[in-house]
This record gives sequence, structure tokens and C-alpha cells, in this order.
Amino acid sequence: MADYKDVWVYVEHKEGAFTPMSYELFGIGQKLAADLGGNLCALVIAENTDELAKEAGYYGASKVYAVDGAPFKTFRPDAYAKAATTVMDKYKPDVVLYRATSQGADLSSACAATLETGIASDAIGLEIDAAKAVKVTRAAFGGSYLVGVVNTKAKPQLMTVRPKVFPMSERDTGKQAEVAKEAVAVAEGDLRTTILQFMKSEVTVNLVEADIIVSGGRGTGKPEGFNVLRELANTLGGALGASRAAVDSGWIPQEHQVGQTGKTVKPKIYIACGISGAIQHLAGMRTSDYIVAINKDSEAPIFKIASYGIVGDYNQVVPKLIDEFKKRLSR
Amino acid sequence: MKIVVCIKQVPDTEAEVKWDLQKGTLKREDMDAITNPFDEFALEEALLTKEKYDAEIVALSLGPQKATDVLRNALALAVDEVHHVSDEAFAGSDTLATSYALAKSIEKVGDVDLVLCGKQTTDGNTGVVASEIATRLGYSQLTFVGKIVEIDAANKKIKVERNIEGGTELVEAKLPAVVSVLKGINEPRLPNLMGIRKAAKVQIPVWDAAEIGAAKEKIGAEGAAVKVIELTTPPPRSGGEMLSGDVDEVSSLLVEKLLGLKVIK
Ligand SMILES: Cc1cc2nc3c(=O)[nH]c(=O)nc-3n(C[C@H](O)[C@H](O)[C@H](O)COP(=O)(O)OP(=O)(O)OC[C@H]3O[C@@H](n4cnc5c(N)ncnc54)[C@H](O)[C@@H]3O)c2cc1C
Ligand SMILES: Nc1ncnc2c1ncn2[C@@H]1O[C@H](COP(=O)(O)O)[C@@H](O)[C@H]1O
Repeated sequence: MADYKDVWVYVEHKEGAFTPMSYELFGIGQKLAADLGGNLCALVIAENTDELAKEAGYYGASKVYAVDGAPFKTFRPDAYAKAATTVMDKYKPDVVLYRATSQGADLSSACAATLETGIASDAIGLEIDAAKAVKVTRAAFGGSYLVGVVNTKAKPQLMTVRPKVFPMSERDTGKQAEVAKEAVAVAEGDLRTTILQFMKSEVTVNLVEADIIVSGGRGTGKPEGFNVLRELANTLGGALGASRAAVDSGWIPQEHQVGQTGKTVKPKIYIACGISGAIQHLAGMRTSDYIVAINKDSEAPIFKIASYGIVGDYNQVVPKLIDEFKKRLSR
Repeated sequence: MKIVVCIKQVPDTEAEVKWDLQKGTLKREDMDAITNPFDEFALEEALLTKEKYDAEIVALSLGPQKATDVLRNALALAVDEVHHVSDEAFAGSDTLATSYALAKSIEKVGDVDLVLCGKQTTDGNTGVVASEIATRLGYSQLTFVGKIVEIDAANKKIKVERNIEGGTELVEAKLPAVVSVLKGINEPRLPNLMGIRKAAKVQIPVWDAAEIGAAKEKIGAEGAAVKVIELTTPPPRSGGEMLSGDVDEVSSLLVEKLLGLKVIK
């Protein structure tokens, strides 16, 4: 397996539109490549890859493998997997990183099954071990355990990485990548899926990408309870989360749920209001940088993992926080 | 129409986790176990689809002896057929090996139009087995499904809504398809007493590696690419501070602390 080399990062986009987050794995990719003595490369698949490829160079890729074509306008797992595996088969990367998003999960798993290799999902730690394999740290059992896994059997080593875990590399418009355009023929008639429509969600800030999340639980007591929490989230430019108890009570839609059966988030600040801190809820937010707990019950388990705790009624505390933040931030 | 639903038995989140670190596997036999919560939604969706379009439901579970519990539960809910995919040789499987064994089992079922899976399991949290099955069988890969809008079995088409980052995608795909479902797609029903009684008497058929025609080098520890080599508990969170004082005091103190983190702009 000696001829497998380099670390590749798959660049995620939506119909050609990208954000800095599309390039968030270039920082860790650079580090792994250096430790392995290889190069950092990017894999870009789109209707037109030019802008995406240029940007990959700014973020530190030395080489970009680019597959262009009309069938690649919108992400579809079969079309993208065909393109990705064709190019991977030809150039044999040692490691390929994807974001642990719906797109990253779909594509990486299709690649793994096609190339008959292993995949490690939702990495929160990545390092090179003595045998020059990538040791992936992942959460298991709702985050109450961490497991280290390696794939020493088959190449490439594929992994999806939890968003926001690793720092981004600097964008430098002075840098340029060599771009290799790869032709992959995909006939529309052979594809199995057609995207008919995309309905944008009303949730303005994506929970997974938010730096600040204000969450409410059963303790909010009623649907209207979320009004002050929403106002606090808006004041801070954050997103609104919820526990399962609040979702199951019908106070807030399921897409806001954080936890084992909801979303896994890693904001810089997570403010939990009226949430007890059940293990299944912690599973989704325990790796947040700072956790604030506001709860009436001083014995609530959430306080055990909170960076700052306030024992009190959110009805009284949260409006005060909103006033104070507005004053201090001149909003 | 023929539907396969894949259900896995997982340790109860609250149960004590028991590992065989030598092998990097769980001692599943020694732990309290439940049906993977997401698979309950997959099972319910199979039942709803059957009620709406008329279908035959086959439930599959790959796992040790004890995993028959989840199949018995499925039987109590009136699925038509169950198969317990079980063999010593499957021990130590990762997702690559699991998806291979399940794909082989689905081929053995034959003439399948729709495979329903959960979004992910709560033990491994991998969320890739459904997609890997789809790829292996050349079926449509439909993940993160929050709604099955329509199935047109005669024309081999399915329309679903996928809840992905930023919104909902309406997708049409060819059948056969593998659909993995999200929580909230339905409200799983509970089995009734008669169903439970009937299911208790059924001898659950076992398919071993030979029965599904699985190649020895592709299953179990031998077929697995990813291995667990380390198990730790996350470092305890430190620096926890309880803020005390009246509402005004604690509020301004917290604002002060949070602004000090230089995250809020
Ligand atoms: C298989 C499975 C999967 C699950 N998945 C998830 C998941 O994804 N996400 C999730 O969140 N849960 C999940 N759960 C549920 C989880 O076990 C808990 O039931 C849930 O997290 C509890 O939500 P809660 O903290 O809002 O409610 P509770 O535990 O009822 O806590 C409410 C808290 O609010 C406090 N409170 C009450 N009034 C006020 C007030 N006025 N001001 C301040 N504090 C107040 C109370 O002191 C209490 O601590 C799952 C459970 C299972 C079995
Ligand atoms: N051992 C198994 N037996 C039956 N179904 C499984 C098994 N493992 C995974 N699945 C199915 O695949 C889905 C995703 O699992 P995973 O990729 O392990 O998170 C589950 O929700 C199940 O529907």
C-alpha cells in the first residue's frame, strides 16, 4: 500500500456556493499532511469548479483535483461518488477528510463501499500514530466514552470530521494551487435521483454552524417560553436549540433538537435554560467550548458540566440578560 | 411491494458499558439492550407504508443471540417475516463488514423495492450503514428522510423530503431505494398484547454466513477495516463556577464573563 500518498479534503458546496466553512478542514489537513510527509490536496466536484479550486489554493491546498460537468450542479450521492471514486482510484490518496454533514456523510459512505475501505465518522480528534495511520477519536455511547479507531487494513483512510472542532487555516490570496481537471463521464439517465426542489428553512442560523446557541428545555414550561430565548439568541447573533422534552411537548419544531436523537453541536457558547442535563442531551452538546446553565434546581446534573451556572428562574434571568447585553453591545 | 427494514439492537444509553478491550468490541451479551431508537421510526414507517400501499415487510437484524428480542418486537407489530442474521463469524464487524452482510441478506430476500433504516445507531453513532448498503446494491441512496411523500411501485419511483442543513430537499428517485429516516417522521406504535403473545411463540429463523453466501474474508473481524484500539472517558470539564447573588447581580456577572470570552460580537 506504499503508493498511497497525500491528504485530501473534499470541498463541500451548495450548487457552487461556498462559505469559509467549506474549507474548514484545510487546517487539520495541513497538519496531517505534514506529519505524514505528504501534500495537502483538495477534491472539488461541481458544475464549474474554477472559483472553488482557486479558493482551495488560498486556504493552503497545493493541488486541486477538479471534476466539472452539468450532472454535478447539485449534490447527488451517486453522481458525486462516481466522480470522487474515479479520481481517488487514479491518484490513490492516503487520507480523505469530509465534513460530518449530510453531504459529507453521504459521499464518504458511498466512497467507502465502492472502494471497499473503512470509514470513521464524526471525528473529534485526529492524529498520526507510530505506524503512520490516522488515529481517529470519536464519541461513543452519547459521548460518555471516547474511542480511538484506526484503519490499518485498507486505503484510502476515510473520515468525516465534526464541524468546528479544528481551527481553520488562514486565507491567503497570494497562494495558488495546481489544478488538475479530471474528466468523469456521468450520464443523466444512469443517475437514480432528481432534486425537484429545495425549500429553505425558516431557522435563520444553522445550529451546527452557530457560534452561540441558546437552548430551552421542559423548564421553559410553554411554547411562549421560547420567545425570550429566541430574543436572547437574536441579540447574540446565535441559534435556538431545544431538548427533546421541549420538542416532544410540541413547543418547538424537531429541527431545533440537540442531543442523541437530534443534532450534535459544538458552539463556542451554549446557554441551557430549563434543561436538566440528561445524558442524551449532553451527548449533543458536551463538547461546546463554554456551557452556561440556568436552572431552578441547584441539584440539576447540567451544573456538573457547566462553565457558569445560575440557580434561578429563566423567566427572570433571561430578560435581564437581554437588557444587559443590549446595553453593553449598544443594540 | 416488498420492504426490508433493518433494525439493530443497541445497549441502553443508561446501561453500564462493558468492553472487551482485547478485541475492541462490546460485550453485548452482558448489557441491557433496546431497539436502536431510530430504527423504531424505520419500523413504523414500514408499517405505515404497508397500510397505505399494501406491501410485505421483512425485518432483518444482524447481531448476537440476544438480538432476537428486537425481531420479536417487530413480529409483535405484525411484520410478515423476520430473519436473524447471526454467526460467530460476524463478530468484530465494522460498518464495511456490516453493510456487506446486510446487503447479502437483502439480496437473499430478493425482489426488494424499499429498504428502511434508521438515521444512525446510538452505540456506534456512525450513520453510514444505510448508505453503504445502497451503494453495494446499486439502490438509490436517500438519507436524512423526514417524510416519504409518495411511492409509485408500478413505475418504480419514490418521492421523499430530506431534512438537510439549511432546509428541506424534495427528491425523486428510482426504486429500489434505501431510505434512512429521522426521528419525527412518525410516532412509533406499541405492540398490543395479542401481538406480543403471538410473537412469543415464533421460532425466529437464523441466517448464518453460509446461508447468505457471505465471503469469509469480508465479514467479522477479518472483513473489518476500522478497529477500536483505545477507550477513554472524556476529560472532566473544569472551571465550573456557580454565580451567586440576586437576579440583577448574577445577570450582570454572567454578561461580564461572556463578553470577556470575546465570542459575542
Ligand atoms: C433513546 C433516547 C434518546 C434521547 N434523545 C434525546 C436528544 O436527542 N436530546 C435530548 O435533549 N433528550 C433526549 N432524550 C431525552 C432525555 O433523556 C431527557 O428526557 C431530556 O433531555 C430532558 O429534557 P429537559 O432537560 O428539557 O427536561 P427535564 O429533565 O424535565 O428538565 C427540566 C429542567 O428545567 C428546570 N426548570 C423548570 N422550570 C424552570 C424555570 N422556570 N427556570 C429554570 N429552570 C427550570 C427543572 O429544574 C429541570 O432541571 C432521549 C432519551 C432517550 C431514551
Ligand atoms: N447490525 C445491524 N442489524 C440491522 N440493521 C443495522 C445494523 N447495523 C446498522 N443497521 C441499520 O443501519 C442504520 C445505520 O446504522 P449505523 O451506520 O451503524 O449508525 C441503523 O439505524 C439500522 O437501520
